Amino acid sequence: MSQALIELQGLVFAWPGQAPLLDIPAFRLEAGEALFLKGPSGSGKTTLLGLLGGVNRPGQGRIQLLGQDLALLGQGARDRFRVDHTGYIFQQFNLLPFLSVRENVELPCRFSRSRAERAIQRHGSVDQAASELLAHLGLGDPALLARRADSLSIGQQQRVAAARALIGQPELVIADEPTSALDADTREAFIRLLFDECRAAGSSLLFVSHDQSLAPLFDRHLSLAELNRAAKPREA
Amino acid sequence: MYLLRLALASLANRRFTAFLTAFAIALSVCLLLAVERVRTEARASFASTISGTDLIVGARSGSVNLLLYSVFRIGNATNNIRWDSFQHYAKDPRVKWAIPISLGDSHRGYRVMGTTTDYFSHYQYGRKQHLELSQGREFASDPFEVVLGAEVADALHYKLGDKLVLAHGVAAISLVKHDDKPFTVVGVLKRTGTPVDRTLHISLGGMEAIHIDWHNGVPARGAGRISAEQARTMDLQPAAITAFMLGLNNKIATFSLQREINEYRNEPLLAILPGVALQELWSLMGTAEQALFVVSLFVVLTGLIGMLTAILTSLNERRREMAILRSVGARPWHIAGLLVLEALALAVTGIAAGLGLLYAGIALAEGYVQANYGLYLPLALPSAHEWTLLAIILGAALLMGSVPAWRAYRQSLADGLSIHL
Repeated sequence: MSQALIELQGLVFAWPGQAPLLDIPAFRLEAGEALFLKGPSGSGKTTLLGLLGGVNRPGQGRIQLLGQDLALLGQGARDRFRVDHTGYIFQQFNLLPFLSVRENVELPCRFSRSRAERAIQRHGSVDQAASELLAHLGLGDPALLARRADSLSIGQQQRVAAARALIGQPELVIADEPTSALDADTREAFIRLLFDECRAAGSSLLFVSHDQSLAPLFDRHLSLAELNRAAKPREA
Repeated sequence: MYLLRLALASLANRRFTAFLTAFAIALSVCLLLAVERVRTEARASFASTISGTDLIVGARSGSVNLLLYSVFRIGNATNNIRWDSFQHYAKDPRVKWAIPISLGDSHRGYRVMGTTTDYFSHYQYGRKQHLELSQGREFASDPFEVVLGAEVADALHYKLGDKLVLAHGVAAISLVKHDDKPFTVVGVLKRTGTPVDRTLHISLGGMEAIHIDWHNGVPARGAGRISAEQARTMDLQPAAITAFMLGLNNKIATFSLQREINEYRNEPLLAILPGVALQELWSLMGTAEQALFVVSLFVVLTGLIGMLTAILTSLNERRREMAILRSVGARPWHIAGLLVLEALALAVTGIAAGLGLLYAGIALAEGYVQANYGLYLPLALPSAHEWTLLAIILGAALLMGSVPAWRAYRQSLADGLSIHL
């Protein structure tokens, strides 16, 4: 069996003084896979992403990313591991408004040497990597790259966020409701772009959303409620 | 370095608050340095009110009192001293020069001092500077000539040849005037920044002449009156003076002569060392000066607390910024460093702007302050003491910056990557 990108085993997590929020016996994300994980708000979705990012630590069980047990890493090493191997796209306002579009895209390379090295290896320079990624995502205008990030439309901002998640080819891209601020037409176009770029970069995609209608676009889809034994039965 | 770039960009995004914060620090730094400069200069210029004089001798009272009336023209002598006492010491072989001083009259609030022309040649102030005339000449043999201090001439708009009437006593409004014997302005002294500027100088003969027909503190009436013309022909040798200043041939003799004068048998006299008395006097005023310093320190503290408040208030609305940074790989210590750098940037800007304000202020006010308060404020680079103060301010800013840094550190650990706020 090939090594999974993400492998969870017997994961139990509870916030201090509360009943367990997550109880996931097993979960795998294969390399190169695009997985849709359906999770309504309040389902422990954010907490799960925090666990995968190494921000929170599980009470029980094991989280392996690229075969590395996160529990064995210290706080600083987990932070470094996260940025080296994971790109994030969030719901909206993903960007630092006071930096230019280009600087926003290049941010991960500032904090991760391995991401910067991979960007240079593939594109020649970090600058070039940012330009090419943005061009692929339909933001090729050089004048636009120099603009402040908050002067762009929401749709453009999400594409900038995607470029930032993808720069330096992280093995994993985690997208947390990245399309919820987009309208239906741009939503699908955005996801297709994201697929293309993930494929080009060789990154797996973990796409978390409450919007079931997007599920058919993906290789595989799961519901967090099914995974999570701690999930309360949904009220009618 | 990249953190600094981020910190500056983030500050630039909040430029209005950042500007106000830095401006508050700049003002407080400027105030502190200005107070320091004025304090240092005031002390220096105070100490240089009189120089080159080895002993000041007056009737026996307190040394500060003697210094106040003989040099600062403040207060009055308790008693006069006899002319022959002055003669006795003026002729002493150890004495190089002697200047008699006779006080007690005034002109529109400015003190009148009777003296001899030795005053112009031997009196020194500041860094052993002699008095100089800006116009005219010293008073000469005619008793009714007056040489004005620079401020007197300026404030009362007197020019050479003008006539003025002296008033008896030192009150600003005097009912008894020596209006039968007007004086002619023959000279004006250059500005010294010392009480000399506020003094009218006449000869001892002139002082004697205006009081020649006075008995028991009131002018004679009717036939007893002596006109100015008559006075000119009379012997105007005074019988008493208020004080005198001595310059010695050899400084080593100062203490022995001081002791001798203090033990003079024919009259109770007091001799003081001007430097020592100045120190004594300054220590009296030192409290006020210290208070001023403490107040300006508190103003700086207020400026820094303003900065602390501004950064702390911004923390909450910047949770998203922190979370984004965390998601692109910034570690909690990066976040903390960002905030420390922010505080540092604000403080450095504030300090630099404060220095700028100070120098602009000095450049603008230099002439005015020198002319009106006798304070010489040079456009000099900050002294070692001032650099120390600035370093302490920077250190305090750093310390304050670590408070929001610590909070942001905790916050970013708790918030993680979640920006669903």
